[in-house]
Parts: sequence; C-alpha cells; structure tokens
Amino acid sequence: MNISLRRRSADEIAQRVVQDIPEGAHVNLGIGMPMKISNHLPKDREILLQSENGLLGMGPLAAPHEVDTELVNAGKQPVTMLPGASLFNHAESFAMIRGGRIDICVLGAFEVSVNGDLANWRTNRDDAIPAVGGAMDLAYGAKRLYVMMDHQTKDGRSKIVTTCSYPLTARSVVDNIYTDLATLVIQSDGIRAVDWINDLEFEQLCDLTGVKLLPPKD
Amino acid sequence: MASADEAIADVADGSTILVSGFGGAGLPEQLLTALVNQGARDLVIVSNNAGNAGNGIAQLVAAGRVRRIVCSFPRQPDSGAFEQLFREGKIEVELVPQGTLSERIRAGGAGIAGFYTPTAYGTELAEGKEVRIFDGVGHVFERGILADWALIKARTADRWGNLTYHRTGRNFGPVMATAARCTVVQVSERVQLGAISPEHVITPAIFVHRIVQER
Repeated sequence: MNISLRRRSADEIAQRVVQDIPEGAHVNLGIGMPMKISNHLPKDREILLQSENGLLGMGPLAAPHEVDTELVNAGKQPVTMLPGASLFNHAESFAMIRGGRIDICVLGAFEVSVNGDLANWRTNRDDAIPAVGGAMDLAYGAKRLYVMMDHQTKDGRSKIVTTCSYPLTARSVVDNIYTDLATLVIQSDGIRAVDWINDLEFEQLCDLTGVKLLPPKD
Repeated sequence: MASADEAIADVADGSTILVSGFGGAGLPEQLLTALVNQGARDLVIVSNNAGNAGNGIAQLVAAGRVRRIVCSFPRQPDSGAFEQLFREGKIEVELVPQGTLSERIRAGGAGIAGFYTPTAYGTELAEGKEVRIFDGVGHVFERGILADWALIKARTADRWGNLTYHRTGRNFGPVMATAARCTVVQVSERVQLGAISPEHVITPAIFVHRIVQER
C-alpha cells in the first residue's frame, strides 16, 4: 500500500504549514525541510522570519548576484534582508527566542510522541556526531511549535510514537505535525487528525501512524 | 594595532579561546591562521561550530592542537579532521545548546557566575547538572564562561577599538568581546576617531585590546 501512495512533496507540506501562520507572526524556521517554507510565504500576509544567527526580517534566498557570505540563514545559506530588517548579536537573538517573542517555530524531527515530546537532535547511533544547535532553546521558547517531517522512517516505521526512543530535545512542546501524509494537532486528550492525503481512509492513516488518532472535528 | 602574528604571539598552551563565527560568517580566518602557525597546544576552543571545509578551526583541530571544543553544532557537511578525532575519542566535546552557549559567554563577560535556564531541562544535556523549579518550570544551572582570549571579526574599528560589524557576521562577536582577558579583533576597515557615530558603535572600545587589519 505504501508504495503506491501519492504523498505530499516537501513543497506541498510547506504550503500546508503556511496556511497556519497568521498575519504579523514572528516565525523561526529550522534547518532542513522547514526552510522550504520561506519559498511559500503569502504575498498578502506580513510574516517576519527570525534567523537565530542574528536577523529579523529575513528575505528569500540570495540570487547569485546578491550573495554575501556574511548574510546567511541558520543553515548557512546566503539570504537577503527585507526593508525593515534588523541585525543583532547571538545573546539578543536567544533573548527573543527564550523570552517568548517567537510566535511560531517550525522544526524537523526524528520522532514526536503523543504527548508532544520532540526528539530531533541525535540518534542512538554510536558513531553519529551529536549536534543540537538552537533546537532546545527554540523548542522551549517558541509560543507554538510546529513539526514538519516525513510521516515514516525510510524503513516504514511511524515517526509519531507513544514514547520517543531517541534522546529528547524538549518535553511536551509540539503543537502541530505536518507530514507527507497528514496534518495532526496534539491536544490534551490525544492527537487529532485534521487532514490527510486523498489516497488514504482515516482508518488507514491510523494504521500507518501506529498510535490512536482522534477523527477531525466536524 | 599589530599584525595577526604579533597579536596572538603570547597565546599560551592550555588557553581557553572564544572564536566568533557561525559557519564561515564572522569567522576571524586570519587570526586563526596565525594561531595555527604560532603553535600553542592543548587549547580549549569555544565556538558555535567545530570547523568545516578546512577553515581555521578545522586546521587547528587537524593539527592536534585542540584538547576540547565547547560548541553547539559540530556536525557539518564537511567537518574534516574533527569527525575522525571525535570517533577515535581524541578530542573532548562539550555540546551546549546555542542559546545557552551565547548566554554563558554573556554572563561570563558581565561578571555573572551562573544562571538558571529552562533550555535542555529534562534532556540528556542536563544530566548531572543542578536543576531547580521556578514558577512550575524546570530550569538547569549553567556557569558563565570567561576565557583567556577572544578572537573575533568585525568590519570597522577606530583607534580606540570601537567596532561595527557586517550583517550576520556579527553573531557571537559582540558577546565574546566582553568575556575574555584579551580580545583580538580582525577588521576589514580602519577609520579615524569619531568616524563611527557613537549611536552606531556596536562594541564599545573598552572591550577591545588588539586590532588586526585584514590583509
């Protein structure tokens, strides 16, 4: 069944995330898949991107003639600044983050548990080099935390789990999950499915997810 | 005012050195090259990354001169020698969340011995650390970092050492400048006193000890 599914591409997931970012939001995008979101921001809403390396009002990726190696995003890609942007040092940047000024942060994940625990900084492989970056600060500090990831691992296990098997980034922090199969919201009484791809019935989505899902509210 | 070689000539073995930069942005390459040539060993490097693509930190690591790295993100597409030494257990790594790293340096520079932060509470990175609950939220105690040296990169300096930075090259520079017994700055531009508006000075000169003009 898995093989034949028409899954959402990373760009399609990004377009879905953007629907849940309101006018005026201050948003931080994690490295990896969430960076796709900067390509899909709506023209009719003013959304300010914060990059933890010291930039608020980040613009699109730099075109070749605009590249300045000292103007980069958190993934170290050259970017641009919007009119009205501001630059600041790392301590100020994390004062914004830890101090609760970031409305929404979108991060990638290895696993998310049913109660919103996030694991996204290291696997259990002995030879893997751990790297935490700003993930723990962002996971705790952002008012709302969205996770954007593939629904399953490459070998077909669900990344939405009862209890995370990888080391945690933060406990009970994830609000929404956006995957190639579905959009899910973590509530106090469980995970609610909001929408999912056309190829699946609700029961099939539950089977693939492997944890109990609440059906959408009418 | 000195050449890069002169400015870091008295770095002793075993020194703790703050190095500005986020990837290549704001990395004081010429000071690091001078440090590679100078030969000090057994160094503790505090920086966001552990070097990549043969840059200055990577060269120090590859030359076996770094005993310990305190950083948030050592994993890079091309971390070079670091990866091998890490896997062989030949380099110590203290992994610190990025916001905790910048705040530890800020605290060290501000004369604050330590602080409680909610970041990393309940995770592996808080193991063995003092924890305390404030207003129902778990916090982890972290010590400030005060170093022997800060090697940073800025854009413009005047004779007194007032600094401005270039775009996101600023990152850790202004914080690290405050937290070392000797702060050495690599700049691309030197200007007369008064040329930088007092309103636009980012790092006041009191934090700066030595200035090196980029070649």
